[in-house]
Amino acid sequence: MSAPQYRKAVAFALAAGLGLSLAACSTKSDDESTSADGKTIITVDCMPVGTEKELVANWNADVAAFEKANPDVQIKSVSVGTQCNNPPDFTARLAGGTTTDVFYGYMTDLQQVLDSGQAMDITPYLTDENVPTWKDVDPALKAVFTDGGKTYALPIKNYSMGLVYNKVLFQKAGLDPANPPKTWPEVRAAAKKIATAAPGVAGYAEYSAGNTGGWHFTAEIYSQGGQVLTEDGKKADFNNAMGKQVLQNLKDMRYTDNSMGSRQLLQWGDLLTNAAAGKVGMFVGAPDTTQQIVSQFKGKYEDWAVAPLPGQDGLAKATLGGGDGYFFKKGLTDAQVKAGLKWVAFQKLTVGKGQFDYPRAKPQNYPVGLPQPLLFAKGSETAKAEFDLRKANANVDPSIYTLFENQQLPIKGEPANAQAIYAVIDSAMSGVLTNPNANIDQLLKTAEDKVNQLIAAGS
Amino acid sequence: MATMTAPGTTDQLTRSAVPARKSGRRSRKIRDNVTGYAFLIGAIFCFALFTWYPMIRGIIMSFQKTRRGVTTWVGWDNYTRIIADPSFWPAWRNTIYFTLLALIIGYAVPFFVAILLNELRHAKGYLRVLVYLPVMLPPASALFLFKFYAYDPSDAGLFNAILKALHLPTSQWMQSPDATMPAMVIASTWMNMGSAVLIYLASLQNIPGELYEAAELDGAGLWRRIWNVTIPQTKLILGLLAMMQIVATMQVFIEPLILANGAGTQDSATTVAYLIYQHGFYQNDLNGAAALGVITLLALAAFSGIYLRLTTRND
Repeated sequence: MSAPQYRKAVAFALAAGLGLSLAACSTKSDDESTSADGKTIITVDCMPVGTEKELVANWNADVAAFEKANPDVQIKSVSVGTQCNNPPDFTARLAGGTTTDVFYGYMTDLQQVLDSGQAMDITPYLTDENVPTWKDVDPALKAVFTDGGKTYALPIKNYSMGLVYNKVLFQKAGLDPANPPKTWPEVRAAAKKIATAAPGVAGYAEYSAGNTGGWHFTAEIYSQGGQVLTEDGKKADFNNAMGKQVLQNLKDMRYTDNSMGSRQLLQWGDLLTNAAAGKVGMFVGAPDTTQQIVSQFKGKYEDWAVAPLPGQDGLAKATLGGGDGYFFKKGLTDAQVKAGLKWVAFQKLTVGKGQFDYPRAKPQNYPVGLPQPLLFAKGSETAKAEFDLRKANANVDPSIYTLFENQQLPIKGEPANAQAIYAVIDSAMSGVLTNPNANIDQLLKTAEDKVNQLIAAGS
Repeated sequence: MATMTAPGTTDQLTRSAVPARKSGRRSRKIRDNVTGYAFLIGAIFCFALFTWYPMIRGIIMSFQKTRRGVTTWVGWDNYTRIIADPSFWPAWRNTIYFTLLALIIGYAVPFFVAILLNELRHAKGYLRVLVYLPVMLPPASALFLFKFYAYDPSDAGLFNAILKALHLPTSQWMQSPDATMPAMVIASTWMNMGSAVLIYLASLQNIPGELYEAAELDGAGLWRRIWNVTIPQTKLILGLLAMMQIVATMQVFIEPLILANGAGTQDSATTVAYLIYQHGFYQNDLNGAAALGVITLLALAAFSGIYLRLTTRND
């Protein structure tokens, strides 16, 4: 081959390679709805990540059991790392149109999913055949995923906030683990005792970054009987005595008592990492945070207990609640929607299967006995069956959750446009936790102005 | 001055002959460089796909709004909304502050380190490796080192321990609104210094030794030599790196994200790039994020234009 010919050959090879790679980019294998042997294919996300070997094995066993019971369906599982608890990742997938056929989202995500035009109305498919326990799912949870009379997702978990506390540190500080603080002044006193008895430990820990500070502020102002927005959602409603009380309490613990440790600007994982290392006496959280401390952050399950959210002078007036569910991508075939509903129903809403397979979880040392996920209406058949199975297989001391379970506070949902508002309130939370001279009135006023501006701008 | 030619004479002949010759030369040129063009296609494709397409898409998105899957044109709405965002001006203020600090600290330090390394007689190679090592660390790992060890706000933190040993007041580092930016610039400088030092070193070694000898004979001390010989001789590279430094630091993102968990204390770490991320991925306001991206693009383009014009004029 002469030199010019050789050059031409190289050029053609390059051009051909480029063309092929372009063609490869345009191939969408995800669009398949049926396999070669006629099975309905659905892709589902939130498969546990590879490092969680036991959870992956459980997931695979669930898929195998489901496919055996539904031989005309093939499940394609997708693990997307932290997508299932990482809002930026979720937004990116939603915006990029790369969600799976059946995809996970928070209760607060409904509007976002609807805006993206990716959600499918599943109302006509919610039959006994597709979701056998649907009639027993708590109507309040169904309502969260309903818009204009149409249902867009199946709830799979429901949580409400309480006071999570470390029993070992309580004992070390001479506090009674069976009698945790019921009011914020009692929390303050207990935090001081813990920090004194165990140097280097935060008696009470709090978030103030990554929008989690605003999230906890919301829970804490709810506990006072307050709210973040007015009823009509048109104005901020936290620059008042209750909002001030929340911040004052934190500032007193942080700087007057020195009972919150020196490292602040914590976000979700930071606090739980510290807690798992035995460096946190108390924090506001849902019962499942104890599970996270054990499974993700290598803490000890037996160290923890959960009490109801404290109030200012007595019982909390309300607590913050939320949860998550599975949406269905627009454009699925009838068969795919039905297959997806059956899969979610099997793995998340059937007593004795998937997340309710307590006989399997017990020998694997996953805690059985947590009062959540609270999915079924009180008094319903399914709720009773779930309670009986949980009781029969409990591997944790039921007293850990008794206080939390017995004191069912009214649950209030998150405000509209929650993440944007939380981002603003983070600033007030970080202010009182990092500046001994923080002016609470000024912080609240600034946050109020910013939230009003955000609402006015209609973002 | 052009000479007048009578119509229908040599001028006409020239006019008809030149294009034919030009096009023949052009096609030969294309034929000769076909391999080069083939290689170029790959680069153009990558630029088009990953730089130009997102840029154009972003500009289009900044004038649109998507609700319930329906996209509509909204004119300047996203721009007015994003400018009304309470964090908009603080983010610009923080970004400009970061850039200025990065010019003072992050730009000057590598230059002087390079001069020092160039002047050294012993352990030259060892020290060069030491200076370059941080560049090889993934930025996230390097920043986590600062976050958890160097900037620990308790007295156990590395920097606080040093300050305490020197009987100096300790700092809250990332938890203090005043210390946030300088702390971010220090970490960023340490992380990125190696590459700049290498470029300066190469440039310094190109300076003819006779210039220094002549300066020394004239009785010039170290500072005089730097001022009168080193700086003028490395002017071009200094200018180029200054512009690159400004363009890069105006887009600072990973430092606030990791060191300050985002906004830092009372918005002290919010930068424009972080605000874009916050709007796009936390507030689900991709159109607003696109508008802020376009504003940033225009600001940087304007700055680069002014800078290029000034430097061209000076040259």
